Amino acid sequence: MFERLEESGAEIAFTFDGRPCTGRAGDSVAAALIANGVKVFRTTPVGGAERSAFCMIGACFDCLVVIDGRASRQACLIPLQEGMAVERQIGRRDPAR
Amino acid sequence: MTAEGSYDVIVIGAGPAGVAAAIAAAGRGASVLILDEGQAPGGQIYRNAGRASGRLLRILGKDYAKGATLADALRACGAEYRTGSTVWNVERDGRVDFLADGASHVAHGRKIVVATGAIERPFPVDGWDLPGVLTVGAAQTLLKASSMVARGSVLVGSGPLLWLLADQYRRAGHPPLAIVDTTPAGRLRSLLHALPRFLVSPYASKGVGLLWRVKRSVPVHSGVGSVRIAAEQGGFTVSFRRDAAERTIRADHVFVHQGVVPNINLPNALGCELAWNEDQACWDVAADEWGHTSLSNVWIAGDGASVGGAEAAAARGTLAGLSCLHALGMIDADARDAAAAAPRRILQRYRSGRIMLDRLYRPGGHLVAGAPSAIACRCEDITVQTVRTACAELQPAGLNQMKVLLRCGMGPCQGRFCGSTVAAIIAQCKGVQAGDIAPYRHRFPVKPVTVADLATLDHSNADRQAVARD
Amino acid sequence: MVVGGGLVGLAIAYGVRRLGLSVTVLDGGDDAHRASRGNFALVWGQGKGFGTPDYARWTQASLSAWPGFAAELADISGIDLHYRGQGGFHLCFDEGGFERRGAMLDRHAAELGADAYPFEMVPAFELRRTFPHLGPTMAGASYSPRDGDVNSLHLYRALITALRRLGGSYRPGAPATGIARDGAGFAVVAGGQTFRARTVVIAAGIETERLAGLVGMSVPVRPQTGQIIVTEKAVPFLPYAVSTVRQTNEGGVMLGDSVEERGHDDTVTTGVLGITAARAIAAFPVIARLAVVRSWAALRVMSPDGLPVYQQSASQPGAFACICHSGVTLAAIHAGELARQVAGGALTGQAAAFGTGRFDVRAA
Repeated sequence: MFERLEESGAEIAFTFDGRPCTGRAGDSVAAALIANGVKVFRTTPVGGAERSAFCMIGACFDCLVVIDGRASRQACLIPLQEGMAVERQIGRRDPAR
Repeated sequence: MTAEGSYDVIVIGAGPAGVAAAIAAAGRGASVLILDEGQAPGGQIYRNAGRASGRLLRILGKDYAKGATLADALRACGAEYRTGSTVWNVERDGRVDFLADGASHVAHGRKIVVATGAIERPFPVDGWDLPGVLTVGAAQTLLKASSMVARGSVLVGSGPLLWLLADQYRRAGHPPLAIVDTTPAGRLRSLLHALPRFLVSPYASKGVGLLWRVKRSVPVHSGVGSVRIAAEQGGFTVSFRRDAAERTIRADHVFVHQGVVPNINLPNALGCELAWNEDQACWDVAADEWGHTSLSNVWIAGDGASVGGAEAAAARGTLAGLSCLHALGMIDADARDAAAAAPRRILQRYRSGRIMLDRLYRPGGHLVAGAPSAIACRCEDITVQTVRTACAELQPAGLNQMKVLLRCGMGPCQGRFCGSTVAAIIAQCKGVQAGDIAPYRHRFPVKPVTVADLATLDHSNADRQAVARD
Repeated sequence: MVVGGGLVGLAIAYGVRRLGLSVTVLDGGDDAHRASRGNFALVWGQGKGFGTPDYARWTQASLSAWPGFAAELADISGIDLHYRGQGGFHLCFDEGGFERRGAMLDRHAAELGADAYPFEMVPAFELRRTFPHLGPTMAGASYSPRDGDVNSLHLYRALITALRRLGGSYRPGAPATGIARDGAGFAVVAGGQTFRARTVVIAAGIETERLAGLVGMSVPVRPQTGQIIVTEKAVPFLPYAVSTVRQTNEGGVMLGDSVEERGHDDTVTTGVLGITAARAIAAFPVIARLAVVRSWAALRVMSPDGLPVYQQSASQPGAFACICHSGVTLAAIHAGELARQVAGGALTGQAAAFGTGRFDVRAA
């Protein structure tokens, strides 16, 4: 488990798959998910393998999640914002949503 | 799409190189736009340095704290700085397309400085794709940006960054449970000839103390050959072979690393010539001493050109900025050379020690070509064994043909995390050196945009006629 | 011996090998221009050969051969081609386009008489039953039950694999630099080695003009640029092949059908990508939100009239040149009829209509 050395920065409330979570100002969505113990960010579109954030600098694309209904968002690059609804991205993209 | 006007210089990336280039150019009167995917200047190395607390600065160390003044310096120089701006297309005439605030923008630069930094080298061992296994760089990012540290971590791999994180974790009160060091055994002995130059370089004073501090408080398993990571009961096991004995250690977190390499996708897509760096076993962007690439309007600076660390990156950023000014006719050669003297001295100091570091931490071949059952291409779920079999059976000419045969490198990461693995396998199969295998040919967009983003791009009548036919 | 390891050369080589002849394919390097890597993977006849009935009939013959070709190739190579021959649609973006398309296909059918290509004009309201995501401004589509598509990367890999498994030789990284008469056959210099064969087939795409000139043939070829956008993988939402918006079996959607005359320039341009994206969204608005993971431009291999060229050298019999820009659609007939004729040493029947003589007549 990751822990925070300091609880600096304002609290930010968001949800992951509907579950209420809390992050801190300055967190990326990926950092906030990891801080909340989220293990699996997505499953791959080819083999269905479970993945989560890996490189944290926007290069590997393993941290893709659905944010506020928009899929394939890079969680490690997007700053966490109050009220975000984050969801696990499962396999291939449904273009209708 | 929003048109953002024209600039003398557009700098892509606001790490130490990009910021230095912007300061060098804007500080001498050029109009400069600096585009940054991040939220504050500093790149990865100085991420969040301007906002970090005193405690975090102490944990991260003196080198990191140098980044704290970067934002002020950038603000003072007069360059226009845009955060959260992802550049996905650059053209030779200076057109730069980027996404910001969910919309696409286009700007034009008479000169372009690419300062897009480095990425960590792939680490294709069993289990590197398991959820929860992060790169060492990723763990450090979590520490810098969110003051997060992991209890019960094991660091696997090789390279200066791995030791640096171990030291930072130690200072944070959570030293790693162990370091599994994959630096090939006997490397140091073979590099004694490079030692004198290393000892007088800035790396020596930093590095020797760091190694000593970490080794005193963290068990180090050195000279390790093959490594396997497996998920077990919410955590991980790390199994490795050392001195013909198999060992397994448990970990709550595993961080992997075997050095950083230039992130060449953007300059490669743009058409800049590349050059193989044998000491670092990676592709650099070919450039002259000013960072001027093979393209007349394009400069490259920092670790995105060739990995040399933050101080060298800043020096090369300054040189690139000065060279742009000279090419624009805004300073003469004498003024350029006078201003270049200081950064050149810095470069010289760092270069003299670099060769030792590069050769010491050059990854072992088997860890670049990967373990058979490991994933080679994370995007398309392709194993090392699949690549090897295709190599043996179909004998493709190179990476681009392999991409067509297997789809490796066709996913969203665009080959950043499989290119070196697949190239090493092809090289082994053909019995040639890795540098004989040309990298993937990249194309724009180098970062994913949506189809809707593309649809906002302006087009000519000729473009319309090229597509819209009955 | 086949010079050129694209879909044209590989299909001919595979066909020749199946007849029991020994065959070697000499292929270029990793950085060669390759139309075979830049195609849209349609197995398509609809609208092709208007005003040139020979080409229409040749295409139809290949479409008829495709199911058998696909099954046998999959069997030998062990690779599923994901061939779908259950029909294909060509979208019409406005009423005028719908009218013109219908009229053109009617005239085409009249021209071909008994060999007419079956088609149907499907207005938008009816088309929505098949494509519920069709955009509101679309007028409809033409449909032909004979069209379809394939996974062209699998086709490419299957041809190499099958050729090897049947005992043929495939030599990548061996771009041909010289071809010359050598006794009763030919000597080809490629990749620093010399290869000898009784018959040589030059199927080297845009390099064909240069190489064919070495053995007494004048084969005019020009490159034509086409740009393609590829999206991330999506759940299947396009149940049929569509001529400009094609979802692969893996889920990615390919967009585009641009035609540009700009020489050997194969860079992608924002203007063409922009209009391609806008039209794809007009066709299927849900595409707007998909991420683009790649784009590319590739060079089509075009003769002056856009039709295939199959020619045997008059001065140096045994040397053939074969080019076309429909290497996927024509793969079945290249592996069948064309391979048989090459093996037999003479181009006859339908194939003989595609000689270079037609260019001399027009010039005169």
